[in-house]
Amino acid sequence: MNWLSDDALRRLRSAAGSPDLSGTRYRLLEFVARGGMGVVYLAEDSVLRRRVALKILDPVASSPGLAARLLREARILARLEHPGIVPVHDVGTLADGRVFYAMKFVEGRRLDHHLQQIHSVPERLRLYGKICEAVAFAHARGILHRDLKPENVMVGPFGEVLVMDWGLAKFLHRQPEDAATLLDESPAQTANDTVATPAAHTSDSSVHTAHGSILGTPGYMPPEQARGDLHLLDQRSDVFALGALLLYLLTGNPPSTSSPQATLSRPLAAICRKAMAADPASRYPSASDLAADVARFLDSEPVSAYPEGLFGKAGRFISRHRIAFLLVLTFLVVRVLLLLVFRR
Amino acid sequence: MKRVLFAIVLGAILGALDGLAAWFEPDVRSKLGMIVMLSSVKSMIVGLAVGIFAVFVKKPLPIILFAVIASLAFAWWVASQPDPDTGKHYYAQIVTTGGIVGLLLGYATQRYGGKIDAVPSRS
Repeated sequence: MNWLSDDALRRLRSAAGSPDLSGTRYRLLEFVARGGMGVVYLAEDSVLRRRVALKILDPVASSPGLAARLLREARILARLEHPGIVPVHDVGTLADGRVFYAMKFVEGRRLDHHLQQIHSVPERLRLYGKICEAVAFAHARGILHRDLKPENVMVGPFGEVLVMDWGLAKFLHRQPEDAATLLDESPAQTANDTVATPAAHTSDSSVHTAHGSILGTPGYMPPEQARGDLHLLDQRSDVFALGALLLYLLTGNPPSTSSPQATLSRPLAAICRKAMAADPASRYPSASDLAADVARFLDSEPVSAYPEGLFGKAGRFISRHRIAFLLVLTFLVVRVLLLLVFRR
Repeated sequence: MKRVLFAIVLGAILGALDGLAAWFEPDVRSKLGMIVMLSSVKSMIVGLAVGIFAVFVKKPLPIILFAVIASLAFAWWVASQPDPDTGKHYYAQIVTTGGIVGLLLGYATQRYGGKIDAVPSRS
């Protein structure tokens, strides 16, 4: 016999799983998403009267290590004040001891969903340039993202791009204060990171270790990251992921199922190949260099990844000045036609 | 000033090229030098007008339209002067290509003639 309706049961289950925000300035509004180590809720900041996103440590996966990691993610975000990176507003602890942080609630769509509305290649490339800018900024601040993929990029209603989910971020150069105050990876955690098992995929396609630490996403992970050679990771590792992201942007298919040669123009395919080179030394040295090459392609200028021949140069010149070229051609054709007509 | 100079030089080049086409007309081939020079001067005057117009009007379409109209009008006036020796008029040859030269001149001036700072920087 059912004493409660299904709807009531569902509500009860939801309420039981909801975090207790008493003692904080936030009022829970609704569940948004579940990630590798945290659950994201929409909440209202009762002091500033604005909506924020709360990332709260998942009660299922809660552990001191993950709590430190969430705190570390918040502190990394606090360092990255950039229009292309979601800003963090606050960090705290709930009554049940779980760590949370409040960030801007991004009202937009994930990049993979947003791309269904954009069919123009230049528009996609301009969007891509903004992603590269945000990642380059993080690199300049000494931080690697390590999990760049379409699901971790949001596009706002005004075309603003926000790189999300810095839970896997890593400091490029560990500084004394980082070790002391930012709860950077302990040797034990770093060792755990190397035991990635592709069998342990989650719904958001990131790979988890047996201990629940996200490592990266197949197809977007550079070989050195997939092998677990964490000491080899540097900004070129994110360049690989950016190359995979570019390939996804241009083909609409995940990098593991598409090849740069398939349907892309040669310079774009060369850019993807260079960014995704297996050897880090063959990749672009930085996200800025990659973005600059894409910008050059957009401006019909030669790209560093693709040495072009005479015909290629001529084609690019014509493409760059196509209207002027067509006008000159029209002038010549009209001249020839007039000549033929008045010769009769 | 850059745009005006650009339009004048481009006008001279396009006018000269347009005039060189007279080589294919046996009737006037003997006066090729004069035709090239006059055609060049004609296009330079149009270039000057287009360049000055482009300094004040920043939008591409009005610049192109002005260039075409100015070039057509000037070409019509030139074509209306009969050849002193034969008395012939060459409306089609002069006006048609004059219009295209105007189109080229207007497009190139707004596209390649350099940008103009409407507001001086405060730095």
